[in-house]
Amino acid sequence: MSHQLLISTLILSPLIGFLINGLRYKRHSANVAGGVATAAAAISFLSAILIFMELLAMPKEGRQIAVNFFEWMTVASLKINMGFLVDPLNVIMILIITGVGSLIHLFSVSYMHHDEGAAKYFAYLNLFLFNMLVLVLGDNLLVMFVGWEGVGLCSYLLIGFWFKDSDKAAAGMKAFVTNRVGDAAFLLGMFLLFVSFGTLNFQEINNMVPADPTFSWLSPLTLGTLFLFIGATGKSAQIPLYVWLPDAMAGPTPVSALIHAATMVTAGVYMIIRLNPLFLHTPNTMLVIAIIGGLTAVMAASIGLTQWDIKKVLAYSTVSQLGYMFLAVGVGAFTAGLFHLMTHAFFKALMFLGSGSVIHAMHEEQDIRKMGGLKKHMPITHFTFLIGWLAIIGMPPFSGFFSKDEILWLSFHSPLGHPALWALGAVGAVMTAFYMTRLMALTFWGKSRVPQDVHPHESPALMTIPLIVLAILSAFAGWLGVPHVIGAALGHLPNILAEFLSLNIKPIPNLAEANVTTEIILMSVSVGFALISAALAYHMYVRNPELPGKFTEKVKGLHNFVYNKYFVDEAYEGSIIQPLVQTSKSIWFYVDVNFIDKATYWISDIIKGGGSLVRSLQNGNLQTYAMYVAIGLVMTLTFILVR
Amino acid sequence: MLLSSLVFLPILFALIMVVWPNKTTLRPLALGLSLIQFALSLTIFWKFDPSSSALQLVEKYPWIERFGVNYYLGIDGISLWLVILTTFLLPIIIVGSWQAIEDRVKGFHAALFVLQTAMLGTFLAIDAIFFYIFWELSLVPMYFMIGIWGGSRRIYATIKFFIYTMVGSVLMLVAIIYMMFLTQEAFGTMSASLIDFYRLDIPFIAGQFFSLQTLLFFAFALAFAIKVPVWPFHTWLPDAHVEAPTPGSVILAGVMLKMGTYGLMRWTIPLFPEAAEYWAWLFLLVAVVGIVYGAVVAMVQPDIKKLVAYSSVSHMGYIVLGLFAFNETGMTGGLYQMLNHGISTGALFLLVGMIYERTHSREISKYGGLAGVLPFFTIAFFIVTLSSIAVPLTNGFVGEFLILLGTFQANPGFAYVAVSGVVLGAVYMLWMFKRVFFGPKGELVKDESHPLHDLSPREFAVLIPMGVMIFWMGLFPNHFFHWSNASIKHLVESRSNYILTVKDTNTKTQSAALVEGE
Repeated sequence: MSHQLLISTLILSPLIGFLINGLRYKRHSANVAGGVATAAAAISFLSAILIFMELLAMPKEGRQIAVNFFEWMTVASLKINMGFLVDPLNVIMILIITGVGSLIHLFSVSYMHHDEGAAKYFAYLNLFLFNMLVLVLGDNLLVMFVGWEGVGLCSYLLIGFWFKDSDKAAAGMKAFVTNRVGDAAFLLGMFLLFVSFGTLNFQEINNMVPADPTFSWLSPLTLGTLFLFIGATGKSAQIPLYVWLPDAMAGPTPVSALIHAATMVTAGVYMIIRLNPLFLHTPNTMLVIAIIGGLTAVMAASIGLTQWDIKKVLAYSTVSQLGYMFLAVGVGAFTAGLFHLMTHAFFKALMFLGSGSVIHAMHEEQDIRKMGGLKKHMPITHFTFLIGWLAIIGMPPFSGFFSKDEILWLSFHSPLGHPALWALGAVGAVMTAFYMTRLMALTFWGKSRVPQDVHPHESPALMTIPLIVLAILSAFAGWLGVPHVIGAALGHLPNILAEFLSLNIKPIPNLAEANVTTEIILMSVSVGFALISAALAYHMYVRNPELPGKFTEKVKGLHNFVYNKYFVDEAYEGSIIQPLVQTSKSIWFYVDVNFIDKATYWISDIIKGGGSLVRSLQNGNLQTYAMYVAIGLVMTLTFILVR
Repeated sequence: MLLSSLVFLPILFALIMVVWPNKTTLRPLALGLSLIQFALSLTIFWKFDPSSSALQLVEKYPWIERFGVNYYLGIDGISLWLVILTTFLLPIIIVGSWQAIEDRVKGFHAALFVLQTAMLGTFLAIDAIFFYIFWELSLVPMYFMIGIWGGSRRIYATIKFFIYTMVGSVLMLVAIIYMMFLTQEAFGTMSASLIDFYRLDIPFIAGQFFSLQTLLFFAFALAFAIKVPVWPFHTWLPDAHVEAPTPGSVILAGVMLKMGTYGLMRWTIPLFPEAAEYWAWLFLLVAVVGIVYGAVVAMVQPDIKKLVAYSSVSHMGYIVLGLFAFNETGMTGGLYQMLNHGISTGALFLLVGMIYERTHSREISKYGGLAGVLPFFTIAFFIVTLSSIAVPLTNGFVGEFLILLGTFQANPGFAYVAVSGVVLGAVYMLWMFKRVFFGPKGELVKDESHPLHDLSPREFAVLIPMGVMIFWMGLFPNHFFHWSNASIKHLVESRSNYILTVKDTNTKTQSAALVEGE
């Protein structure tokens, strides 16, 4: 019973916060609204910690808390409960969501201080937390889908938060519609699973998965997992549905940190990990996931190399890092995927909030060409961002190093992996080191290019405290998942995360014994190249600021191609959106108005015509009648005689 | 007597409207009467036994004995919610039209009540001739409603509406009469009772269009398909909606279209099981075409009301899809979607009416930035939009999900196409929403001489019940399924040999009397 209360508090606290701020959104000042919302998030976080401790206190085999609120939908054999389940896998998720979420709420109190819609903002933010918790806690696919669409809705509302700007409203709509494409696929995936298993409950599905993998592309389970993965490409911004995420930067910056970096966009990864036995059963899908993940990692990183908007760089970086997570789960390294999800949540939230702090200081300027030398004005923001930078480029011993290395190693070593996948990951890592260093250099280091009328200043404590907390997490969280080879070298450090998750995550099948030498060589290669790349970027953007311009001049065509994001948006606009609108217009005009509708007139004309024809037969003229009689007589006689 | 009172009280109310001398108290009176009617309909829940699939609360009196025509009313799980929907919407419509209808108020309310009788009669009549009378009667008040209180092209729209629906119904009448002769052949006495129709065994020859069951099937199906409207018989709908006054549109979308889908469910499918099974592909096909077609055409409409009208074509396509999936999931979803569409599209038309009352324009391009001016109106519109595009925890999701799942179980190919409606629905609604509510202020919105006012208490009173239903039906669909499950299960399971038993409502009282007598 207390479990029910605990989970209710966890989930409903943000919903109550939403209702309070939502109903009184006109009267609440930013501080009151922010206070209410932050308190709601903090209560959730406390409940999450209590639940976590509760789980730890349980014997290892039985670590799960299930509560069932009510029967949602019962029709024929379909029985869906509003049921929630906490186990080691999603307890990590709820800690991240509510923990990072609370920090971001706190940050927002100061960041959104001057916005007249602050109460509305906090209401949405709370509503998002509620939906995100439903997403990760739901014990079946349909309840997950409630949160899945719910977070998309909040994302829509928050991206288009400043709705008076048409572009921002359009970005929100783009996010929702792109996500809807994924959601439609998610629905189909659900249908296939339901037809195959007769249930949508995660545990039941995972228990029912046949032991041997299926190698057919057209088996219902392969199709089902493929459709679910398409759903994930929408929510988690992978090729081909990633296009909404860079535009989503139109929303307030803390939103980008919470929704579009730390939590919502990882939902696809979480969903796949949640169903890991099922995905392992369909190696074809796994291959597709790994390839898409690897390609996305490289493609997005390459675009990140060229962008000038601080948030756009971080957005493409997020797409790229999500690619790593999919690469991980695609090669069966689910623990590594979740590990990177966690470390990324810390360092990317940190950097987004850091960028918020910078943008705040720069009076809403986001172009890094107009920054530079901010280090001396904003020491805390710089220092924390520096830690985020070290983490994301994979510098040992910061958190990103451990998680990224684990992914790269397993993409090489796992039987589901391939050296080519490793190479994709390594190239991505090299690019990451370059664009992040470039971002650091252009924003914080070198000479100041700040316009005369802007006086950058360090942000208030409400904003720097979350940065400091996240910086600490980004620096040290990596020790939760020490790779075997390093752990062994340092005296048998355990991989805490892997042990904690062992109950939920199936090991990679047929994983060979690791070759320590290979592992160390590969690790050195990727770290080494990343360092060289970072050094090169430092050289180009701090030491010789004229170099990059010269270089892009030489490869102008290529640079343009990459800078314009490979013209993918334009291609979609030209090949899907415009044709759809044009076709719809022609269908309306030619088919609806001028064919179907006209056809009914023709029919009515024919009937009318027939009527007047018949009417003309009875015109009262005796001679005509006599003629009809004669004709009739002749015809009847002919008929009889000929027969 | 309950069902008779439900069906015929509104006629009495209409008469009261006509003779009521005081114009100022007319609306409150109409509202009060409609609320009485709603309360009365709720008493059905006391007497209705949800565990039984039988026809309940039956009232049967001989009418034209020579032809076996009876005054015959009854209710089961299929008609129950549609009756409630009808009585639920009427007070809302009366309050909603408080200011929209200014002239001939008496006539308007009288027409509303007559329409109420016709719609309830259609849902409750178990005798074919009786049913047909209500079916046709519903055209008359609607005809006047569009023709008198409608927009500028109202005469055109009203004639189109009338003739279109009339064509279908005439064929149905022929089929009904033919079936009465069949009952005479089969049972010796002529009967127009649906219960007897169900017992008929009509020969079916697969692959032959000109065979008895197929012809009868299509005669009924066409009448209903035009009413729904199923693509490609839908072109009367946008015209009728655009020209109709707000209350007319709400009734049309909210209840009258459901007469078509209800007809498919109550008459066509169980009466002609083999033909329905054989031709299911055709209905699944036009349903799917309608879903996509309605959505893409809605997308490019310049007029908000027309957009909502075409979205109806898309949504009604879902309902037909669910019904012809012939499984419990699909049929339940179909029935549920009838209610959802009544709520969400009804609310959309009310909202469009509210903004039209303020600006006298429905042109999307003249709006923009409304969210900054009318926050409460925006919130209300957004919630209804969510229901319309089937976001989970709203009613629309439950219906759409069950329909798609049921279709997938029955015939995955159609579900794969229909699922595109999930995306297209979001496209046309959100695109419209963006153009009307977001962005810089449009010419109508920034017009200083006509400042816009946010929702009035009266309008809140109209919208709040709709909002409550949206979330109630989205969160607790089982509350609703509970009352219809038995009937739908029975329909699905015994479809090939459907028989509707009649529950003797007097049994209880008789046995009670016996107990007392002892």
